[in-house]
Amino acid sequence: MPFEGIGASVRRKEDARFISGRGNYTDDINRPGQLHAYLRRADRPHARINGIDTAAAAKAPGVVAVFTGADMAADNIGGLPCGWQIHNKDGSPMAEPPHPVLAVGKVRHVGDPVAVVIAETKQAAKDAAEAIVIDYQDLPAVASLRDAIAPGAALVHDEVPGNICYDWHIGDKAAVDAAFAKAAKVVKLDLLNNRLIPNAMEPRAALGDYDANSGDFTLYTTSQNPHVIRLLMGAFVLHIPENKLRVVAPDVGGGFGSKIYHYAEEAIVTWAAGKVRRPVKWTAERTESFMSDAHGRDHDSSAEMALDADGNFLALRISTLANMGGYLSTFAPCIPTYLYATLLAGVYKTPVIYCEVKAVFTNTVPVDAYRGAGRPEATFLLERLVDACAYDTGMDRVAIRRKNFIPADAFPYQTPVALQYDSGNYQATLDACLKAADHAGFEARRSAAAAKGKLRGIGMSTYLEACGIAPSAVVGSLGARAGLYEVANVKVHPTGSVTVYTGTHSHGQGHETTLAQLVCSQLGVPMDQVDIVHGDTAKIPFGMGTYGSRSLAVGGSAMVKAMDKIVTKGKKIAAHLMEASVDDIEFADGKFTVAGTDKSKTLTDISLAAYVPHNYPIEELEPGLDETSFYDPKNFTVPGGCHIAEIEIDKDTGVVEVINFVAVDDVGRVINPMIVEGQVQGGVAQGIGQALLENAVYDQGGQLLSGSMMDYTMPRAD
Amino acid sequence: MPQVTLTVNGKQHTVEVENRTLLVELLREKLGLTGTHVGCDTSQCGACVVHVDGVSAKSCTMLALQADGTAVTTIEGIAAADGTLHPMQEMFREHHALQCGFCTPGMVMSAIDLVNSHPGGLTEKQIREGLEGNLCRCTGYHNIVKAIAAAWPLMHGKAVAAE
Repeated sequence: MPFEGIGASVRRKEDARFISGRGNYTDDINRPGQLHAYLRRADRPHARINGIDTAAAAKAPGVVAVFTGADMAADNIGGLPCGWQIHNKDGSPMAEPPHPVLAVGKVRHVGDPVAVVIAETKQAAKDAAEAIVIDYQDLPAVASLRDAIAPGAALVHDEVPGNICYDWHIGDKAAVDAAFAKAAKVVKLDLLNNRLIPNAMEPRAALGDYDANSGDFTLYTTSQNPHVIRLLMGAFVLHIPENKLRVVAPDVGGGFGSKIYHYAEEAIVTWAAGKVRRPVKWTAERTESFMSDAHGRDHDSSAEMALDADGNFLALRISTLANMGGYLSTFAPCIPTYLYATLLAGVYKTPVIYCEVKAVFTNTVPVDAYRGAGRPEATFLLERLVDACAYDTGMDRVAIRRKNFIPADAFPYQTPVALQYDSGNYQATLDACLKAADHAGFEARRSAAAAKGKLRGIGMSTYLEACGIAPSAVVGSLGARAGLYEVANVKVHPTGSVTVYTGTHSHGQGHETTLAQLVCSQLGVPMDQVDIVHGDTAKIPFGMGTYGSRSLAVGGSAMVKAMDKIVTKGKKIAAHLMEASVDDIEFADGKFTVAGTDKSKTLTDISLAAYVPHNYPIEELEPGLDETSFYDPKNFTVPGGCHIAEIEIDKDTGVVEVINFVAVDDVGRVINPMIVEGQVQGGVAQGIGQALLENAVYDQGGQLLSGSMMDYTMPRAD
Repeated sequence: MPQVTLTVNGKQHTVEVENRTLLVELLREKLGLTGTHVGCDTSQCGACVVHVDGVSAKSCTMLALQADGTAVTTIEGIAAADGTLHPMQEMFREHHALQCGFCTPGMVMSAIDLVNSHPGGLTEKQIREGLEGNLCRCTGYHNIVKAIAAAWPLMHGKAVAAE
């Protein structure tokens, strides 16, 4: 058989359906008797709701029901929960105001859902939603971080003074202040990390179904983590026990973080399906995505580096304002804290670091994890500051980095901001990147460009990320309200084919291929006999889903552990069948062999014996070859590297052209190089998008100006 | 309700639609051809591209009534009857030109029209500019461009499945 194991650029299994139009995305699913939901959303950023008149809408053609927040309250429906609690500097918990599924009392951002119409067709629901009369009393709104913390600013939540969700810090402030006091040089930088709108190509969708006979609910949804949705929605919002709630996340068209969270629409369609006893489907129009998908980034930071006379970093001090938007999204509080400030050591051996973060409510769409989530914010700030240090001290920016890198022999390395790095070699990735980018030849290229009237520049960034999220006990001590292990169930069927049920979820990453390659390597089963199943709580034991670069590091490890159990049991069966000692059985390439002999049994021989246990050690072993593992990582993984971009700017038009982009990423052992390269290319494109094109813009009054794909510019092929 | 008669992937259909029904709604909801996707509401993303009388069109920006009497080809209709993939489909898979797959049907349909309309050759620049109407958020386009370049000789060098 062709080599399909670890390291092979196997073409993707999932592509067969995607290139043929046979993908099965949430909006492609239809249930008999299905109704359609359309949400009436706030068209203003901040207003008191004095009344909602749904009478005309309820009588409109095709309308089955109209619901408001009052109807949900009457059913004792809970608010959308937040999955992470941060504590203030003084130890008190963060402000955690209610997040009603449908607005109650006030609307807090443009797009805040106020009422839902359930009708026979989507058009009928949309028409009727127009007929809902909402009596608003407009309130002053705060859209920007600076406006929200200004004295006397309007309060997004009446019970949250100063709009401050939390005022948190990390690091040794006294030590940092002392280092600054004796520094030869201090370099300062103020930096905005602009707000982004994720824009996965598939708009969010949710389809709720209710079986009146069994009392079972099913939710089909565009989620990166169906079990998390089942847990949050079942336990906190709708009060449906897990055994009565199935959540299916079928093919999902991109996420980039925005499909991690439990959204109002999921609860609305599930609850409404129970109320009207028919399936209810909602699919976002792109305009709704812009004003209801969690946004990303939006930091306003001041940073200072203390240096000695030789350019060694002595201390780093950072103060960041982070925008939470109008409500706390599921994991919002942890992004600018444990996924940001803990990364501020970066690749440098800065001995002491202090960072304080104020999270702020504004009248904007909630902000949560997006593409890297906190870690790119840390890298951007740190690397810009290091460049500023080079400019201000007159040192070469490569030299100042080399001087301050954590040496390759210093691992494991304990940073002053909680993380312990397991490994890294930043000189090596820097060297490789400089070479590939022909950094040495840049000045000649700059001169040549200048002769053509072009301004040519080169930019570089080193980085690392904490990936493989996450050790449960560690994140629990930091405020996570969930464990972050992963689960795999590996079934070797009687005739030797394999199905893996994984708690991770693929929405573009190619798990059906990569994870099958892992089975191929571990069990010696050809890929066409391996199926990877994800995204259905009815099939998969449990799982925390896909985000934070965790699927292979955590989910793959769970698979390996389950496959180790398969092999261990297989050896016992093989020993019985071949009348040998278990200790003498070796397993490789799908075969159990008695060491030093030519006696062997294939995995299929063993699986058949396991399911047809006529000649079987039945006293010692249960039949079957089906193992499950829950794997909780001991630490994060810490990949790092260096990226160099070379660009030209047309002096007359200002048009920027990216001439060359080199990415050197130390990602560890690569299972499928083709897929990894594809992931990096996509990430680079989104990074260039943020740097050159993308920007979520609110006007001062809180209206989203970049609210469509015509206004929010994303990278295109040219 | 008015009726539309059109041929979709070689099969004739007569369907009742509202005046405001879009071609993509007819395809997805009336004919169950869910391979054609809707990714936006401003005609920007191109996930809905199909061929109308052999030319690419954004089916979210065309009324079903406008398609009366036309021959429409969707992503489901480009492989040969025996299931052999269209060269563009093959090259998308070979060059890893898709990740989540959501933009892929529109991307493939645009790409086929782009190659068909450039029988004399297709430069990388022409491919990149020709994809102006299609957004992809996963791949960074690099491999999509490679796939289209690789499909050009296959489509022009030897007989391919006729639409």
